[in-house]
Amino acid sequence: MTIALEVKDLQKSFGGVAVTQSVNLQVMPGERRLIIGPNGAGKTTLFAQITGDLLPDSGEVFLYGQNMIGKPVHDRAHQGMSRTYQIITLFAKDSLAHNVVLSLLGIHKRKNQLFKSLPANDPLYDQALELLDSVGLKSQAHRRVTEISYGEQRRVEIALALAQQPKVLLLDEPLAGLSRDERVLVADLINSISKETAIVMIEHDMDVALAFAEKILVLQYGKVIVDGDRDTVVNDPKVQEVYLGH
Amino acid sequence: MILKNNYFYLAVAAILTIAPMFFGEYYVNLGSQIMIAAVFAASLNILVGYGGLTSLGHATYLGLSAYTSAWLFLKTGLDHGYTAIIAIAFTTFVGAIFGWISLRASGLSFLMLTLALSQIVWGIGYRWVGLTNGDNGLSGLTRPTPFGWDLENSTNFYWFTLIITIVCLFFIARIVNSPFGASLKGTRDQDKRMSALGFNVWKIRWISFVLSSFFGAISGLLYIYFNKYVHPSVMSITSSAEGLLCVIAGGAGTLAGPILGSILIVLLKNYVSGFVERWNMLLGIIFVFIVIFMPTGMVPGIIQLKNRLFGGKK
Repeated sequence: MTIALEVKDLQKSFGGVAVTQSVNLQVMPGERRLIIGPNGAGKTTLFAQITGDLLPDSGEVFLYGQNMIGKPVHDRAHQGMSRTYQIITLFAKDSLAHNVVLSLLGIHKRKNQLFKSLPANDPLYDQALELLDSVGLKSQAHRRVTEISYGEQRRVEIALALAQQPKVLLLDEPLAGLSRDERVLVADLINSISKETAIVMIEHDMDVALAFAEKILVLQYGKVIVDGDRDTVVNDPKVQEVYLGH
Repeated sequence: MILKNNYFYLAVAAILTIAPMFFGEYYVNLGSQIMIAAVFAASLNILVGYGGLTSLGHATYLGLSAYTSAWLFLKTGLDHGYTAIIAIAFTTFVGAIFGWISLRASGLSFLMLTLALSQIVWGIGYRWVGLTNGDNGLSGLTRPTPFGWDLENSTNFYWFTLIITIVCLFFIARIVNSPFGASLKGTRDQDKRMSALGFNVWKIRWISFVLSSFFGAISGLLYIYFNKYVHPSVMSITSSAEGLLCVIAGGAGTLAGPILGSILIVLLKNYVSGFVERWNMLLGIIFVFIVIFMPTGMVPGIIQLKNRLFGGKK
């Protein structure tokens, strides 16, 4: 079976600080993979190198066997890589529906149309409403992002990622800053994502994260210290020492 | 709502069409100048308002187009129709190259690159006397006669400018409301997110730069037809700043903003200056007033005021 996402010997330094040290990662199609590690372990930096936001010093990133190194961020999105951000990055002045329409347009050939208008009854808006329905926000579709709660904004982030029908979805702390109830909502939403999409998630909420993950990769100072299934990782003494605190 | 808007635009177009019948030649010419400035500001608004790319060199495209048309007419004797096509094509081509260079940077560096490139063209206008006639400018031009229509007549020229202005604004409106326009506004608000969504941000910005120079070139043609003379000062930083002022004062990122801004600036420059010697100072005061009380420009400011007074969406 072709590996959905493969990271080979990825290295990155900022000056004298090595933020990614020979990181290897293999994610199979439909797999749920968790990346954990203390603050500053290089988790988001690893995501940035996978998506192309940051160029690695060396190493390779493969998406379904295709080398992504050298490909710009937007090309990777077209190949089926999608992500959410740790800090919510939405189009604040626009409606939720318009946010999702932009995401749909990103991989649509219509995005370069110059003289044809994009009216509110465009089929793309119908699609956006369906997607917002899937994250429980259809009733708020015409509200601006600034008018909805933080937790709802997190769900819009996920709707944007899902609109691209990704083969690999990278979720960067999707539960950060949410209340207990909102966490349950978003966690249920993530668990409901089709198995056609492989998910790699960075998360600090261990209850949710461990319930979600099939395999876990633990990073410290940019290095993989353990990579294995839940039990292996939880029982690993190094993990207990650096991450669980005992 | 769309129907209501269409009736409104039709009514405005009708009023503007019959306006010359009620005003003297001076005011008709003033109207033509406002429309030329409006096309210029609307072209800059594609970059500044919808793309979030503040340029301080946009007068280059107005000037280049005016110079190219005038030079070809005077030196080669080509018909106005041909000079217009070549001027627009050449200016858009230069815009494509300048855009390619300027978009290597972003933010303040982008602004400085647009300024530097425009200063080069302005310098050529002044110093390459053999080509541009230097400080004397190019004169001795005529206005075109499309389909035998005599544009030497002020009212005819006004109508001609009105038609071109409506066509330009129509196409600009189509562009900003198209999927491409949505993408452009997206790159203005969240460029990194747009890349992650599959948009080629650099390409979108470059196309908007080219489109902006294309419409800037059209305003240059109207300018040279109106004045029948062109001087290097038309490409100066002051001209670029005036365009930027029209956009910012009127409301960047709105269709009506650059028009309202142009009305304000052209009236102050050409009409009020007849009564107030220090009209620049008055412009400064008005601009400070706008920045303090309507920081997003007159059009959004008026809409907010209307909503506050009569209710409506904030």
